Amino acid sequence: MSTTQSRLTGSANDPRIKARYRKEKRFKAYTIAALFTAFAIIVAFFTDIISQGYTAFWRAEVNVTLDYNERAERIGRFALAEDMRDIASRGAVRSIPLEIKNNPELAGTTRQTWVPAYSRIDQYLKGREELPPELARQVDAMVEAGTIRSSFNWAFFTSGDSKLPELAGIFSAAVGSVLVLFVTLVFAFPIGVMSAIYLEEFAPDNKLTQAIEVNINNLAAVPSIIFGLLGLAVFIGTFGVPRSSALVGGLTLGLMTLPIIIISTRAALRAVPDPIRLGAFAMGCSRWQVVRDHVLPLSLPGILTGTIIGLAQAMGETAPLIIVGMIAYIPDAPSSIFESATVLPAQVFTWASEPRKAFVEKTAAGIIVLLAILLTLNATAVFLRRKFERRW
Amino acid sequence: MGIGLTTLLLLAALAPLGFLAYRLGRGKALSAMAAGISMHSRPQQYGWYSVVWMGLPALGVAIAAGLLSLFGVISPARELVLIVSLAIALLGLAQGLRAIRPEVRARNALDGVIRWLLLSAALISIVTTVAIVLSILFEAMRFFREVSVWEFVTGTVWSPGDTFLEAAGRGDEVGENTSFFGSVPLFAGTFMVTAIAMATALPIGLLSAIFMSEYASHRQRGFAKPILEILAGIPTVVYGFFAAITVTPIIVDIAAFFGLDASYSNILSPGIVMGIMIIPFISSLSDDVINSIPQSLRQGAYALGTTKSETIQKVILPAALPGVISAFLLGVSRALGETMIVVMAAGVRPNLTWNPLEDMTTVTVSIVYSLTGDLAFDSPQTLSAFALGLVLFIVTLSLNLVSTYLVRRFKQKYD
Amino acid sequence: METELTNDTATEARQTMTQGVDNDNGPSQKERPEVRMRARDLNLWYGSTQALHDINLDMYSREVTALIGPSGCGKSTFLRCLNRMNDLIPEVRLEGRVELDDEDIYDHSVDVVQLRTHVGMVFQKPNPFPKSIYENIAYAPRLHGTGTSRAELDALVESSLKRAGLWNEVADRLDTPGTELSGGQQQRLCIARAIAVNPEVILMDEPASALDPLATATVEELIHELKDNYTIVIVTHNLQQAARVAGYTAFFHMGKIVEFSDTDTLFTNPTEQRTEDYITGRFG
Ligand SMILES: Nc1ncnc2c1ncn2[C@@H]1O[C@H](COP(=O)(O)OP(=O)(O)OP(=O)(O)O)[C@@H](O)[C@H]1O
Ligand SMILES: [Mg+2]
Repeated sequence: MSTTQSRLTGSANDPRIKARYRKEKRFKAYTIAALFTAFAIIVAFFTDIISQGYTAFWRAEVNVTLDYNERAERIGRFALAEDMRDIASRGAVRSIPLEIKNNPELAGTTRQTWVPAYSRIDQYLKGREELPPELARQVDAMVEAGTIRSSFNWAFFTSGDSKLPELAGIFSAAVGSVLVLFVTLVFAFPIGVMSAIYLEEFAPDNKLTQAIEVNINNLAAVPSIIFGLLGLAVFIGTFGVPRSSALVGGLTLGLMTLPIIIISTRAALRAVPDPIRLGAFAMGCSRWQVVRDHVLPLSLPGILTGTIIGLAQAMGETAPLIIVGMIAYIPDAPSSIFESATVLPAQVFTWASEPRKAFVEKTAAGIIVLLAILLTLNATAVFLRRKFERRW
Repeated sequence: MGIGLTTLLLLAALAPLGFLAYRLGRGKALSAMAAGISMHSRPQQYGWYSVVWMGLPALGVAIAAGLLSLFGVISPARELVLIVSLAIALLGLAQGLRAIRPEVRARNALDGVIRWLLLSAALISIVTTVAIVLSILFEAMRFFREVSVWEFVTGTVWSPGDTFLEAAGRGDEVGENTSFFGSVPLFAGTFMVTAIAMATALPIGLLSAIFMSEYASHRQRGFAKPILEILAGIPTVVYGFFAAITVTPIIVDIAAFFGLDASYSNILSPGIVMGIMIIPFISSLSDDVINSIPQSLRQGAYALGTTKSETIQKVILPAALPGVISAFLLGVSRALGETMIVVMAAGVRPNLTWNPLEDMTTVTVSIVYSLTGDLAFDSPQTLSAFALGLVLFIVTLSLNLVSTYLVRRFKQKYD
Repeated sequence: METELTNDTATEARQTMTQGVDNDNGPSQKERPEVRMRARDLNLWYGSTQALHDINLDMYSREVTALIGPSGCGKSTFLRCLNRMNDLIPEVRLEGRVELDDEDIYDHSVDVVQLRTHVGMVFQKPNPFPKSIYENIAYAPRLHGTGTSRAELDALVESSLKRAGLWNEVADRLDTPGTELSGGQQQRLCIARAIAVNPEVILMDEPASALDPLATATVEELIHELKDNYTIVIVTHNLQQAARVAGYTAFFHMGKIVEFSDTDTLFTNPTEQRTEDYITGRFG
């Protein structure tokens, strides 16, 4: 090559060509840089959230002696030794008067037990907050002595919201999320699948059908907060559905999820090849029998995939739920769809607006749980699609 | 009786009746067939046929009664509705059974019923849209009865504040004109945050799309695409937290480094984070569009001796422009309606400024703050949310229509 | 059922009909067999373009009628008219009559679904349902209630597969998916599936064109045997195939029937120049 300086290689030294190649390289570098910026953002994002939140899965506990004395019968805090009152959580001893009332034989006894530490102690041990030097020394000594330990924070998963960060958990929000999604699913799945079947398998190509189609596509692009306004005006205002309830939240999200389910179900139905329909028609199936016996079974995985993705989206939605009042303070899990409830993302939102620093960790931990659930849902959808995907 | 209880009772009564109707209808058809009469349809279909006769008119009457009382035309007692519906169900059952004859095409009748059911389901989406438009329009009208449209559109002061005093029972302490509903500062904030978001999302999204569709190998593409999609699956409340807790302090620090003063609820931070959220929309839509440009166009350009980047810049991007514009408009529509990020990271103070380091508030933030807390449902502040929502709806709808129009035109050209 | 009620009138109609159609383009040499299906002045439009022009054709009972002609001349369109599969295509408009045993199948009182149980169809590309071989065949009888008990269905599956000449190859794997058979086997499965509905007429649109020569021979043999029990209408591009399996052949060109007669005559002694040109390979 180098020996034969030909017409094809010779111009490599032409400055104009060189400039063009430099530009070429630069342009490609820009595109790569853009992609890597996006990747870097993703990595930074997840690192940030996880590093802020992972500590919330552990909490400090103190070993205290509970003294069921007379004063503790009225105010639980008095069951604690005086030097423990700033270290153990106020919430942990709140129920002592009730305990004594229910079990009078407890009165006068003492008991050694582990209780959650006050959130500032917890934060201090996690290196997130300062303590007054004296208190800090006491805590350090207790850690040394083994009377303060760090253990897995089960309460974060098993208890509801609390004004005390060390006691706050996601349980009631998780229950609320389940109830809301249940309503969403029950509402949007049948209607969405039926609409899609109509549009894909039954509808004649007329003005009404076109109107429905245009409408569905536009509905999918309406900002979610508008659905909140709709839910407020129609479900709460007109139909009198209880405000803040899982029912109103679920219906609102249902309307929002409907277009997603319709669009993905239509795609799944469309993927069933026509020869199968024709074969069924040719042996005397009615249109509904073709759909029921042949098209639906084959498109079911696709329909489920789309539904899961729609539900995942509904699960992460906050704005419309705020509008219909689902940011109430809910310490106890709702037991029906008519009770006031909150959902995971709304819980994240309420914690995020808490000024106390200990809640930052909770917020981030709530986000980690939320993201884990969403990731699982989406992974399930991808798995379903991979597993049942057919190449016709 | 409450509506819920009535519905429950009705359904509880109709369920066994339905079962009965099915058994009787099928039984009648079966015995006819046993007697050697050839029936048009299958016995099960006659069973369902009588179920439809039993249930459909009864449910129809119940729903009609419900709707009538909902819109206040007449409100019959729920007990009455229940009894009438059940009577109609029984009549329907009798009639359905009587109607079962060899030549009756139960299957065709069922197909018709199913078709209508499916159509009604499909109409629900239209009903939803109509409900959105009507409900928002209705509340917005009430708002505009108290606040002039002119003030709303041109006013530069947004201060619905006195309702707070009213709520505190001190409504009479404030004069008539202490609340202002000039929406310009809100729209300025929304415009600012959208501009910042698009300035972030467009270059990153578009260039990533170009890399994925023009430079990346098959494997790189299969790897990069889903990773970018992760961004689309993150809930907005999480972005909001990220903006408020992480990005805002960074921006304040950087601004301080340059000797600038940035607010802790500056509009730049939610704007950038919103841009991050929109990256996958831009990249995947642009990627689709670029991929659907026929190979022949590229080959034509290469045949003239252009380099890859020249081909992309001079041939592919111009051809893909309508699609890219459409992706851009969809992104804008997203940004306009985005709520959580701004609620969590932007300010609440209406502020008319060009400086992105200052705090500004947006339309969606105002909507949220007008509707949270214990406000009377018909106070001007509450109603203002619907007026803002109306504008938001109209704007995003128009953007979406233009965007789909552009895509359709583009697709027609290259299909 | 309706057919039973109208039987007498039908016989009358048939008599008047046969007189009326004497000088239509029917075959004249052979003795005339019973007509099972008949198209009269059939015109069909896809939107505004006309695909069939004044088609008149008799299809005889227990005979194979082949439709030949250049691509796009309307053979498939005509075939789909015979069991109203065209109803599924939007924008199709049709004029004229198609009769099955003298009953107009386009009469508004006709139940399309039931018509298709009398007139079955086999497609160009085999399209077994993605279910087991057994289910492919048992599906329709179960749906139509012609076979209900397991024993009945078993017998029906076996006899259909036997008649389709597939039994020996699949008897021991009835529960494997039909889609896992070879192309030729799939096509015979589709034929067996059509037979299981117990139709009177079977329409076949290029049933062997997606098959290799060996599988084609098997399918042709099968068609030849089926002819004893069914009326068969087959579209084919393969003139040898038409000559081998069909008793009668119609030559379509540009949406019209150019010539119709018994196969021997059509291939050896066509009356029309265009037929001659086509079968000698001068166009098409
Ligand atoms: N669904 C349809 N919509 C519109 N036009 C159609 C449709 N199907 C067929 N046609 C047109 O009708 C004419 C006849 O088509 P048809 O499929 O009947 O031809 P054919 O004789 O079966 O051809 P081939 O031998 O290629 O299968 C053609 O011009 C075709 O373009
Ligand atoms: Mg054809």
